[in-house]
Amino acid sequence: MGFFLETVIAGLMSGVLYALIALGFVLIYKASGVFNFAQGAMVLFAALAMARLQEHMPWPLAFLLAMAIMVVLAWAVERLVLRHLVNQEGVTLLMATLGVAYFLEGLGQMVWGDDIYPIDLGLPKQPTLVLQQWIPGGILVSNEDLIAAASAAALVALLTLFFQKSSVGRALRAVADDHQAAQSIGIPLSRMWVIVWSIAGLVALVTGMIWGSKLGVQFSLSLIALKGLPVVILGGLTSVPGAILGGLIVGLGEKLAEVYLGPTLGGGIESWFAYLLALAVLLIRPQGLFGERIIDRV
Amino acid sequence: MFYRENGQFKTSYASDAQIFPIRQDRWFMLALLLVAFVGVPLAGSDYLLRALLVPFLILALAALGLNVLVGWCGQISLGTGAFMAVGAYAAFNLMTRLPGMPLLLALLLAGLVAAVVGLVFGLPSLRIRGLYLAVATLAAQFFADWVFAHVPWLTHDAASGSVTAPRLQVLGLAIDSPVRKYLFCLAILCVIALLVKNLVRGRKGREWMATRDMDVAASVIGISPVRAKLSAFAVSSFITGIAGALWAFVHLGSWEPAAFNIDLSLKLLFMIIIGGLGTVMGSLFGAAFIVLLPIFLNRLPGLLGLQVSTSLVSHLEFMTFGVLIVLFLIAEPHGMARLWMTAKNKLRLWPFPH
Repeated sequence: MGFFLETVIAGLMSGVLYALIALGFVLIYKASGVFNFAQGAMVLFAALAMARLQEHMPWPLAFLLAMAIMVVLAWAVERLVLRHLVNQEGVTLLMATLGVAYFLEGLGQMVWGDDIYPIDLGLPKQPTLVLQQWIPGGILVSNEDLIAAASAAALVALLTLFFQKSSVGRALRAVADDHQAAQSIGIPLSRMWVIVWSIAGLVALVTGMIWGSKLGVQFSLSLIALKGLPVVILGGLTSVPGAILGGLIVGLGEKLAEVYLGPTLGGGIESWFAYLLALAVLLIRPQGLFGERIIDRV
Repeated sequence: MFYRENGQFKTSYASDAQIFPIRQDRWFMLALLLVAFVGVPLAGSDYLLRALLVPFLILALAALGLNVLVGWCGQISLGTGAFMAVGAYAAFNLMTRLPGMPLLLALLLAGLVAAVVGLVFGLPSLRIRGLYLAVATLAAQFFADWVFAHVPWLTHDAASGSVTAPRLQVLGLAIDSPVRKYLFCLAILCVIALLVKNLVRGRKGREWMATRDMDVAASVIGISPVRAKLSAFAVSSFITGIAGALWAFVHLGSWEPAAFNIDLSLKLLFMIIIGGLGTVMGSLFGAAFIVLLPIFLNRLPGLLGLQVSTSLVSHLEFMTFGVLIVLFLIAEPHGMARLWMTAKNKLRLWPFPH
């Protein structure tokens, strides 16, 4: 029982991190209809910036500077890439973001270096034992994961508040619903795109910080985007709650499968389990759990 | 001036339905084939054949296969590498487990195995569309990566799934020198390109295109989306399976599952988008571009006489690759095949455009 609960908790915590990556995808897809393959590269770039800046200054300052860099980046992407590709097909835009991803991976490693860099946020590394009085042996919970999950949850809450209550957030939701209608009532589309890419940059930075402090910042960080993809389609491309719930489902399912199915199948099934899970859900609900219903008009 | 069809009248249905209706095009094609089959093997150096042309031909074949699915039938796939891997390992098992298996038959059967796997992974396309499907096809990619690394039977218990191709031989001729490898791949590419061209000009191709343009409308006019989509998946995987077997046997020689990872899948998608969706020419152009670009970028600092560290070169390569792709998409979203068409249309009126 204790072991099962530990697995569940570990799964949910990695699920929160997956949700964070998925959130970056969903935000941009909602606002601009772009499936942003560069999210992983953005995570890598932000984390590299953060890690290298942190060598010279305290981490909150490094965080702000890295954030500023991500805003500049968002502006550059809008100005140099997206603006010229308005009204192109989804797959063309997808390829364009892949181009951006290649560019960012090269640039990030050229400017910031290509070693493994630590990010030290001063988080406690020791795990604690909880629930000792109810379950024999207690449950081991990693403090680091707990803080990471809490900060991710805080970020999601903050974003929800921003989207629901602020005027910019309302404008962003309008853009997400209908580009043309939003434009016709005077919402500047290009500025909204910069804002939403900046927010995705912030999400990437937080993701990069958390994963980076766990594993160290290195090139493989950009591959975690591939972990976010099944989460996005599981939850629905257009739904923020979907991204969060999808992340939790995938995190949990993956850990349980690895622990209970892994030994029989030969291990390493984490790499594809999430995709099969997402596929199974999509066969029943083609738009994901919370995605907008896809309606065909002839 | 020279490229005009005046005076070339079509007097039969056969002449109306031919692939190259203009005489100059036929001559050009014939000359191109002559150069490719005779000129290049005579003049090309071993390096040119081995490092540039053989990979180009095989990747062009794979791109052509992917183009059937994405360009003609409109189903985005990010899992091409998986079908190539299936083809490669199927051919490997056929060749090593059944002694005396001829290479061509093994390739054909490997293509069929890949087609069956493609059918299975194409089933979700009946329910899922667009970007959801694109991500769902990644399932094939990661699943294949895992299967070939974790099921020892498929690789004869080789550590980490790395295997070596058997000796290649067609009709008693050993395929060992770069020239023979080149000719072998070229012949296969030509045959399959002709098959694809005829397939997409016919009934099946029209079904695919109707499904691509709007699947609901297509089913209203009596095209079964099930048959159209699944046949596209099967044909596409058949071709990519053969390409995968060639890539493993002829180009790599010995390989492991990582040779067919997601990077390869994305590169193939790049090829057809840069080359042109839904064109045979586009697959060739795109493959040439993606094969040549890294080699060119790698050599550029040396050609300019600059001393640059290898890691910097690789980062610059990444950056330039990314920039060029974005530039290309902005400048010509319909790909190089469209440029080719435009050039041809301009040439018809040249030099008196009135």
